[in-house]
Amino acid sequence: MALNGIQIFKLTPKKNCKECGCPTCMAFSMKVAQGAMKIEQCPHMSEDAIASLSEATAPPMKTIKIGTGDGEFTLGGETVLFRHEKTFVSKTRYAVALCTCMDDAAVDAKIKEIPKVDYERIGERMYAELVYVNCSEDADAAKYTALVEKAAGIGRTLVLGCTDPEIAKAALAVCKDSKPVLNGANASNYEAMNAVAAEAGVVLGVSGKDINELYDTVAALEKLGNKNLVLDVTGADLKETFANAVLVRRAALKDQDRTFGYPSIVNTVKIAKGDVHMQAALASLFTMKYGSIIVMEQMTYAEALPLYGLRQNVFTDPQKPMKVEPGIYPLNGADENSLVVTTVDFALTYFVVSGELERSGVPLNLVINDAGGLSVLTSWAAGKFSGNSISKFIIENVEPKVKCRKLLIPGKVAVLKGDLEAKLPGWEIIVGPREAVQLVKFLKDMQA
Amino acid sequence: MPFNQKPQKFNAKINTVTIGSGDKTVALGGNSTFPFYSFDAPTENTAKVGVEITDMGLEGVSEGIKAYYEGATTMADIAKKAAAMEGADFVALVLEGGDPNGENKSVDELIAIVKEVADAVDCPLVVEGCKNVEKDAELLPKVAEVLQGRNVLILAEKEENYKAIGAAAGLAYNQIVGAESAVDINLAKQLNVVTTQLGVNAQKIVMNIGSACAGYGYEYVVSTMDRIKGAALGQNDNMLQMPIITPVASETWGVKEASASEADMPEWGPQDERGIDMEIMTAAADLAAGSDAVILRHPQSVATISKMIKALA
Repeated sequence: MALNGIQIFKLTPKKNCKECGCPTCMAFSMKVAQGAMKIEQCPHMSEDAIASLSEATAPPMKTIKIGTGDGEFTLGGETVLFRHEKTFVSKTRYAVALCTCMDDAAVDAKIKEIPKVDYERIGERMYAELVYVNCSEDADAAKYTALVEKAAGIGRTLVLGCTDPEIAKAALAVCKDSKPVLNGANASNYEAMNAVAAEAGVVLGVSGKDINELYDTVAALEKLGNKNLVLDVTGADLKETFANAVLVRRAALKDQDRTFGYPSIVNTVKIAKGDVHMQAALASLFTMKYGSIIVMEQMTYAEALPLYGLRQNVFTDPQKPMKVEPGIYPLNGADENSLVVTTVDFALTYFVVSGELERSGVPLNLVINDAGGLSVLTSWAAGKFSGNSISKFIIENVEPKVKCRKLLIPGKVAVLKGDLEAKLPGWEIIVGPREAVQLVKFLKDMQA
Repeated sequence: MPFNQKPQKFNAKINTVTIGSGDKTVALGGNSTFPFYSFDAPTENTAKVGVEITDMGLEGVSEGIKAYYEGATTMADIAKKAAAMEGADFVALVLEGGDPNGENKSVDELIAIVKEVADAVDCPLVVEGCKNVEKDAELLPKVAEVLQGRNVLILAEKEENYKAIGAAAGLAYNQIVGAESAVDINLAKQLNVVTTQLGVNAQKIVMNIGSACAGYGYEYVVSTMDRIKGAALGQNDNMLQMPIITPVASETWGVKEASASEADMPEWGPQDERGIDMEIMTAAADLAAGSDAVILRHPQSVATISKMIKALA
């Protein structure tokens, strides 16, 4: 339970020695309560007080790291249930599932398919970050290890779905250096699985036949000293899985129940096997509500394009708008003689405007320069989308590359026309419509 | 120590608004929990799925949709097939041909289509305008008039034309008023306030708080819906307790991820599949954030989303 300033003050030496940089112990306590300072910054705090305080002031949900190098991902560490309350910090990661129950041809096809989806969207690389390797009940260590080795060949971080400690141990022997997740602890095997995970130094995934068993198993693992966990909240059906995902996260963040303060795994393959459309719906649902790792049968462009866009939106910090990289974006097969259009770098504006421009079918060079990630009127008011900034970018970046000397500006900043004409000699400045939806008609009329 | 499950109880609920007449009606809203949180309190009404058809017939729709409607030549045929779609709760007719910047069909022409569709099906109906505020102010009151007794949802009045549309639909012809705002909790509330000030019963309003396609500024949709449901339930704000309907198809099928042909983007794969998943994923996210009804186009999307809703109930 988080402590308030007064409760923290009671634990301080109350000397007002100022060594921490605060004028009084009371002021220091208030800062600690707000999270602005750490309790360790007081040199006179007793060991006991620090221990009880760091327990109380620890974040409600642990941050768990999996993978290594480029494949290292941070899960959890969330502090709010709704993004508008602050922000979500650790993106949902998606895993494509392989299973020992699949035949070789199916496995090979999947392994060939996974790397095909790999693209960039607003500065972010989009690809299936994880591969889930499931060990079906009838598989032995040799078969499973062979599949794990094959999967490791794609170079993605692995999640091993295996409940047999001996098989898991064999599989980890070939892949533990890449820090996979071992998802396999449950009420009946947690002691053995804990030993295997601890020895290999990997994150352990825990599941239970219901939420109570999951809770008890996590508590038992914590007692054994393992706090490097993820919780597989997948239940018998969708309804139970959704309830588990929400209840686990809510218990941790709203009710400060630290036993559930871990990231989650949702396995859509278990609850919607063979139904890729349902898995698509569930991937979206659990991206919205509290899935840290989501396992799916496939990640083709059909799933990736909407899902990664959704994730990028949901995990945007509300205080920091998404920005598009400045540059010249040729649309509809534009060349150096095509009309130049400009707008701001605010991602939402860019998408709406570029979407309409593409719909018009008219070849255009869309020029984006740094406008602080704000909308047209806001950035204009802030002086970030001005005659100076636009003309400077055009002269430095556009004139060497584009021969056309016609520039279309947003109707909302029609006031910039005169200024731009003065600063861009030889250019014809055209004032466009005020709203993006009018662009198609405007461009068609212009061509006519 | 066992897990102590603490339910989140609210002493408020979303209004229940019924659309349709006779035996075939659907109830939107009515719940006192966040979407799908049936572990907190029983679900009063599950979310509903509508099938979008337009006065433009099958022009421009994807292959899979065309295949579903094969053989349908008139608007009546199309409407019947839409109503029969697996998982469909209602049919939403969009009068997009009325747009003065598009086909610019006359009001009389559109009203004839409205009548044809309404006569063909007895399921609950939603009628959407063409989004042009002046044209809708002229068109939608006429729609409300000719569909008297059908208890249809008229989508939608906006800040600029709420007087004409809200008064006609909500007062003169006793239909359900759809109130559309632009992804902002304050604008949504403001429109509800002025609409009720006209005399429209708050229990007869359904909100479209604005929508976006996943990936296209969708974070605003999430946060607006989260905040509206939070205020409606947590603060008992009765000017935000109207159920939310979200037209999904009209947002998702237009973006390039869904509309680019396979010939243009070979690595992206079949267009129909991309369109379906864009529609499904956006709809699932809308429902998770707080939509009480979604409007979809593809039979696969309708079937999948409806199945998901039922599995979560």
